[in-house]
Amino acid sequence: MSEDNLLQVQDLRVTFQVDKHSTFEAVKGISFDIPVNRTMALVGESGSGKSVSAMAILGLLPDNAIIPATSRILYGGADLLKATPERLQDIRGKDISVIFQEPMTSLNPVFPVGEQIGEVLRLHMGMTPRAAAARAVELLSEVGIPDPQLRVRSFPHELSGGQQQRVMIAMAIACEPKLLIADEPTTALDVTIQKQILELIAGLQEKHHMSVLFITHDLGVVGEIADHVVVMQNGVVQEQGPVRAIFERPQHPYTKALLECRPRLDRRPMRLPVIEDFMTSGGSANYDERPRGVTAGDAVILEVKSLNKTFFLKEGFFGKRAVPAVKDVSFKLARGKTLGLVGESGSGKTTVGLTLMRLHDATSGEVLFEGRNLLGLSDKEMMAYRRRIQIIFQNPYASLNPRFTVGNILTEPMKIHGIGKDQKERVEMAFHLLSRVGLPEASFYKYPHEFSGGQRQRIAIARCLTMKPDVLICDESVSALDVSVQAQVLNLLQDLQDEYGLSYIFISHDLAVVKYISDEIMVMNQGEIVEIANADEIYLNPKQDYTRKLLASIPKGWDANRAVA
Amino acid sequence: MSAVLPDNAPPVMHQSPGLWTLAWRRLLNDRVGVFCLAIVVAYVSMMLASYAGLVAGDWNKEKGVSYANPSFLAGAENLEAREVTNRDFGTTAKPVDLSDIDPLAPRYKEWEERAAKIAVTEVKRAETLAFGGDKWGRDVLEKAIKGSEVSIFVGLTAALFATLIGTILGALAGYWGGRVNDFLEWFYNIFTSIPYILLILAFAAVFKRGLDTIIVILALTGWTGIYRLVRAEYIKHGGREYVKAAQAIGASHFSRMFVHILPNASHVILVQLSQHVVSFIKAEVILSFLGLGVPVDMVSWGTMLAEAQNELVIGKWWQLFAAGASMAILVTAFSMLTDSLRDALDPKLK
Repeated sequence: MSEDNLLQVQDLRVTFQVDKHSTFEAVKGISFDIPVNRTMALVGESGSGKSVSAMAILGLLPDNAIIPATSRILYGGADLLKATPERLQDIRGKDISVIFQEPMTSLNPVFPVGEQIGEVLRLHMGMTPRAAAARAVELLSEVGIPDPQLRVRSFPHELSGGQQQRVMIAMAIACEPKLLIADEPTTALDVTIQKQILELIAGLQEKHHMSVLFITHDLGVVGEIADHVVVMQNGVVQEQGPVRAIFERPQHPYTKALLECRPRLDRRPMRLPVIEDFMTSGGSANYDERPRGVTAGDAVILEVKSLNKTFFLKEGFFGKRAVPAVKDVSFKLARGKTLGLVGESGSGKTTVGLTLMRLHDATSGEVLFEGRNLLGLSDKEMMAYRRRIQIIFQNPYASLNPRFTVGNILTEPMKIHGIGKDQKERVEMAFHLLSRVGLPEASFYKYPHEFSGGQRQRIAIARCLTMKPDVLICDESVSALDVSVQAQVLNLLQDLQDEYGLSYIFISHDLAVVKYISDEIMVMNQGEIVEIANADEIYLNPKQDYTRKLLASIPKGWDANRAVA
Repeated sequence: MSAVLPDNAPPVMHQSPGLWTLAWRRLLNDRVGVFCLAIVVAYVSMMLASYAGLVAGDWNKEKGVSYANPSFLAGAENLEAREVTNRDFGTTAKPVDLSDIDPLAPRYKEWEERAAKIAVTEVKRAETLAFGGDKWGRDVLEKAIKGSEVSIFVGLTAALFATLIGTILGALAGYWGGRVNDFLEWFYNIFTSIPYILLILAFAAVFKRGLDTIIVILALTGWTGIYRLVRAEYIKHGGREYVKAAQAIGASHFSRMFVHILPNASHVILVQLSQHVVSFIKAEVILSFLGLGVPVDMVSWGTMLAEAQNELVIGKWWQLFAAGASMAILVTAFSMLTDSLRDALDPKLK
């Protein structure tokens, strides 16, 4: 078999020297092979060591990384870990190339894209500038950029996110590499763009007979693109094998858990299974289906009538350009129900959320909360309503003040709104809420940086709960979390809704999550509402073309028919 | 890692180390930083001791001969001191007797008796002083210690005030943006378009001479750099989600500006503060050197340097050296401490 393997990773260990006295072992002796002309997926959650392994192959680890002599990465009969820097330089970009997650930060903003592609060709292929320029146009047309003749002269900021990622791919395949490493190449992109990029990578892989090492956290994507899968957790390979085996007969409980934690379009259990279910008891998929949907008889807590929000950009000396972000949006939120708000980036869904809370000033429209128009209230009158509508932001790393203890974070809103008689009572309430969101009481004295992403999101949820709100706006609140943590937080949100009768506006680009959590779904595109309907209705029976396009882009995961077709 | 672990950490009920504690620990790990901190602490305690009169209280006493040699240069010739001695005792010629025509002659005896009652103890002037003496025979080392009082006090207070002005204006401009920002930027631009030293001279010409004046001058001219940096920090943090979250829970503008954002910009402010202490100590020296500094009855490193320029011509280098070295050591230690502080305080946490 070994002649069929392009690259072999044997007993790779990577340890980071954190400071003088402590080290952190990120990768703990993993081995896998990358076969020729195949797509290999490296799957794992954050901290699993998947990106570190890829960087080790490229020789791009930071200086504080220690790799023992027993680790080997065999490529073309030689060990890359012992190769000279010059040799590695030669291999990188020519034989092995890489695409990163963020295309915008990977491209140099001050050079036209054609020149950046040309540079690779001149360096590695020894092409003349003229030949390199001509080849750059060919490459751009190969990765599906319209008008490549014109686009070679574009600067990165003139291209959309998807087009930038295409340029990155063009650079990566410029020298016809034998191995393409794609490190979460679609995570920063919208679902429709993701689909196009995945198709492009698959097409190029076949055309150029290269191997692809595809690093991702999303098993849905893996099922669509990979031939072989390596599942990593905490620096260890838990399971590896052909994609069919992984999806149809997963052996390791962690793999099973990863497959089950992700909300699915065809099932809606009362609670999502979480990793512990599988690690301890082997797990069971026998959850009852949760009924969803709103009926005409549901009490309405929040009604939005023709909401408009326009941003103004300065243009020239005196000019202003109006950029409408939200156009004539009207909807009703039923008490105790969840309204899902989906759309691609730039669709205005976040602006709707922020405008409802008056974190942005609306241009026009009404937000009726129990019959009172929030947009017409003075700041003082608004204070009473502030506590009743709360928001949980996307990035739990940014939404908690790093200089506050969790105790400060939780008691501050109570102080502002005069909740609790005295500090003692507030502290007790904070303790209660911490245990309610599943954190130990000792967390009260800690700082946000001591918690993981999922725990921080729980703190953010607890902060909202201190004010006993009626409406909670979740702005991409689970999008930045790992699949398993996402399931835990979604379960928590659902429990809280069952217990306190909260109403949610759940904003997300992730259609599977929205389908799971929402009673009613509102699809937005370019600031306008495309469609509002009950969750099941919209997935089974989309009325608008845009909704259909969006639904078709969801990674379907493993499809047994794929292998046949 | 804890992403996949259940949240069942053992309940430890104690305050965990805050960011300031962690920063302090990081500073203690930095050998250069600790060394510099020790020097700065030594200087400040020296200054306090001098203020309390514990050391260098009699700096103004003329203890030695003029330009007394430093004790490690005891053998060197001191022409200036000998000249003074010669002048005092050189007049040996007998005075002409004028008693028969002098109307005051009868009273001389009475006066001599009265003068004898006043004990004039002729101080034996020392030939050498520990680090030499100045023109009037004052101990240079004591002058340098006393001088540190003025220099460090001016540097610290002026830097505090400048930081206060810069922080408040920067916070206002950065947080509010729009018109407030436009106005403050305009003000800043005008302020910085005037050459710095000219501005100082203009202020110095208007105010009377004194310690408080120097502090006011330095504070009023030195806030601009801090303003720019604080403004940038506020613009950056103003858009952060934790500030939006504070707005969502109903925190007031004041609370958001100074309770939420300020601690997150404090590392910038603190580093600016210590950098300005350094530059203001130097600025005070320059001002005093130009004769716009502290009053004549006080001593600072700047006045010492101003005196030293004449002494250097006649080969008396120790006053220049004492003032220069004291300043150089403190300024270097403070700058390096600032570097260590910046490393220790920079929150690398995301």
